[in-house]
Amino acid sequence: MEDILLKVDNLHAGIEGKEILKGINLTVRPGEVHAIMGPNGSGKSTLSGVLAGDPKFNVTEGSAMLHGVDLLALSPEDRSHEGLFLSFQYPVEIPGVSMVNFMRAALNAKRKYFNEEPLSAGEFLKLMRQKREIVELDNKLASRSVNEGFSGGEKKRNEIFQMAVLEPRLSILDETDSGLDIDALRIVAGGVNRLRTERNATIVITHYQRLLDYIRPDFVHILYKGRIVYSGGPELALELEEKGYDWIKQQVDNQ
Amino acid sequence: MSSLNQYIDLFEHNRRQLYDSSPEVFNRLRPAALSALERLGRFPGKRDEGYRNFSVDEVFAPDFGVNVGRVSFAVDVARTFRCDVPNLSTLLGVVVNDEFRPTATLLKNCPEGVTVMSLAEAARRYPDLVASRLGNIADNSSASAALNTLLLQDGVFVHIAPGVRLDKTIQIVNIFNASANLLSFRRVLVVVEDGASARLLMCDHTQNTDNDYLSSQVVEIFLGRGASLDYCDIEESSERTSRLSQMYVSQEADSNLSVNASSLTVGHTRNEYRVDLLDRGASAEIAGMAIAGGNQLVDSSTLIRHLAPYCHSNQLFKYLLDDNSRGAFEGLIYVAPDAVHTEAYQSDRNILASEGARMHTSPHLEIYCDDVKCSHGAATGQLDSQALFYMQTRGVPLAEARMMLMQAFMSDVIDRVRIDGLRDRLRRLVERRLNGDRTTCGDCAASCNK
Ligand SMILES: Nc1ncnc2c1ncn2[C@@H]1O[C@H](COP(=O)(O)OP(=O)(O)O)[C@@H](O)[C@H]1O
Ligand SMILES: [Mg+2]
Repeated sequence: MEDILLKVDNLHAGIEGKEILKGINLTVRPGEVHAIMGPNGSGKSTLSGVLAGDPKFNVTEGSAMLHGVDLLALSPEDRSHEGLFLSFQYPVEIPGVSMVNFMRAALNAKRKYFNEEPLSAGEFLKLMRQKREIVELDNKLASRSVNEGFSGGEKKRNEIFQMAVLEPRLSILDETDSGLDIDALRIVAGGVNRLRTERNATIVITHYQRLLDYIRPDFVHILYKGRIVYSGGPELALELEEKGYDWIKQQVDNQ
Repeated sequence: MSSLNQYIDLFEHNRRQLYDSSPEVFNRLRPAALSALERLGRFPGKRDEGYRNFSVDEVFAPDFGVNVGRVSFAVDVARTFRCDVPNLSTLLGVVVNDEFRPTATLLKNCPEGVTVMSLAEAARRYPDLVASRLGNIADNSSASAALNTLLLQDGVFVHIAPGVRLDKTIQIVNIFNASANLLSFRRVLVVVEDGASARLLMCDHTQNTDNDYLSSQVVEIFLGRGASLDYCDIEESSERTSRLSQMYVSQEADSNLSVNASSLTVGHTRNEYRVDLLDRGASAEIAGMAIAGGNQLVDSSTLIRHLAPYCHSNQLFKYLLDDNSRGAFEGLIYVAPDAVHTEAYQSDRNILASEGARMHTSPHLEIYCDDVKCSHGAATGQLDSQALFYMQTRGVPLAEARMMLMQAFMSDVIDRVRIDGLRDRLRRLVERRLNGDRTTCGDCAASCNK
């Protein structure tokens, strides 16, 4: 059997009858880093939302398999248990739910899915401490409500912290770099790199080259108007940095 | 014909017995109550302003028994609410229907200057004190309050002498139990004198859940200068128990009131709050939460009157409505012309967890003074779908995510509870209630430390 982590085939999806994704094809193998770039409104967040199971989108055609499992047939929570992680472009604030309780619920749900006992309080706290260090997340944030009152940088670090706790096979980082200063960017990217293994893979969604200086992609794809219109190696990102998106837009729009 | 008539008839038929078994202080109040009721002629119903969602007339319509003959019903306190008696650190009194029963710990442990006893007994022992307060602020303009006075036989009396700061929480456990459908008139009189402070926890339970019960409760609270009262009220009775509770509060200068009310299990309930901030620096905070399902109805009505400068009030009401339950909130803040530097806030937030649930909100401000800070806000919505999805992507199952959001929704009301130890208890009660457990009162809020 072929060693494929994610296979997206002719995926069409939209919202309220409006088609946003118009036939996405994408193959990701273990160990790889893929960058998805493209102008605003191309459908990058929609793609990540559809893969994670956001109920507001309807899939109308195509398939998405995660290590052979039909992703689209699973609830968002089961997709998570199967190893999918989405770092949100806009992490959601949840007043009244503490980070600690949230992560305990998440971790124990995953353990239950694999018929494992819940972690003891001691083991859990130790794990939290270890994972916090990866993104230098302040201990104080752990007792606060999820993302409530967090700065932009804290929110993004918190996403990577959660990724570290859940140890996903495939992580999709949706504009994790936006709104970060250079220090925060280095910390976030450093965290992502530390979590890379031979077995897992990362999809980095961004429209700046900047993040890719820290997280080196193996492949770069350009998403435009709901399709991947161009794929290449890391040099493609540099080319985009230099020339912008206009040449791509022109090529596609003139077809 | 109004359902009021059957109660006036009941009074006429049992007049002798009622007068004979009651203290003089109660009996003296009955003629005025009777003539007020005859003048009013009926209970308010759905067509009346302020009662659109809760018809007092309908609630009183069934043919309940009233325990005029003072039959004493046995209750199994330990079964009805399992508080861990060994560690019991509250001053505990039990009210069965309307009848006050002290406990051994209460009789033994009531400190100097603290009186917690049967209202009827207090009216005999301290007639002048009780007479000077009873019926003073709960006036006869409300038919249900007048009826409560007309048929009054017992209730609770709490008195804190000037300057006494009571550390222990007073807990009154109200238990419904009877061999047939029953209506009881409960009266609560709380006087916290100048500079004194107390905490009072009231909880409602129903032991024999096979009957219909109606509780007419009138609570009169007097707070002297600089006095302070934390009042918590937990309704955990039964779906066949309905309640109409009317709280009247009168506050002197620099007094401080905090009310925290939770309606967890009850049939139809209406909680009225009438708070008069009489003198400068008085402050009142009222927080209410309700979790309702089935065909429950939860109605709250507040009137906070700012009658002096530099007073402060804050109201926060939050309901979570499921199934076909209905909720209503009507809140009025009144600011008198000379009540400068008033601060008055009111917030009403609700979640509808089902298609069938309904919420009616009407906030009002009546302000006759320029120099005030007032705000009110109301919002009713669903659980945040974005938050639910976010939690799911982290592996939290949808049902659990919903549960966490519902608990989170209630957390700021629970955080306002000022009785230590009760917050955690309430969190657990809420969790259990959200899990659909409405059967027993389990480990009730009793043993709040301190
Ligand atoms: N909730 C929504 N309702 C309606 N249209 C949406 C919604 N979310 C995204 N879209 C539309 O889908 C398109 C793609 O959006 P998005 O996936 O957010 O793009 P990107 O992440 O590449 O900037 C845009 O035209 C956007 O307006
Ligand atoms: Mg986006």
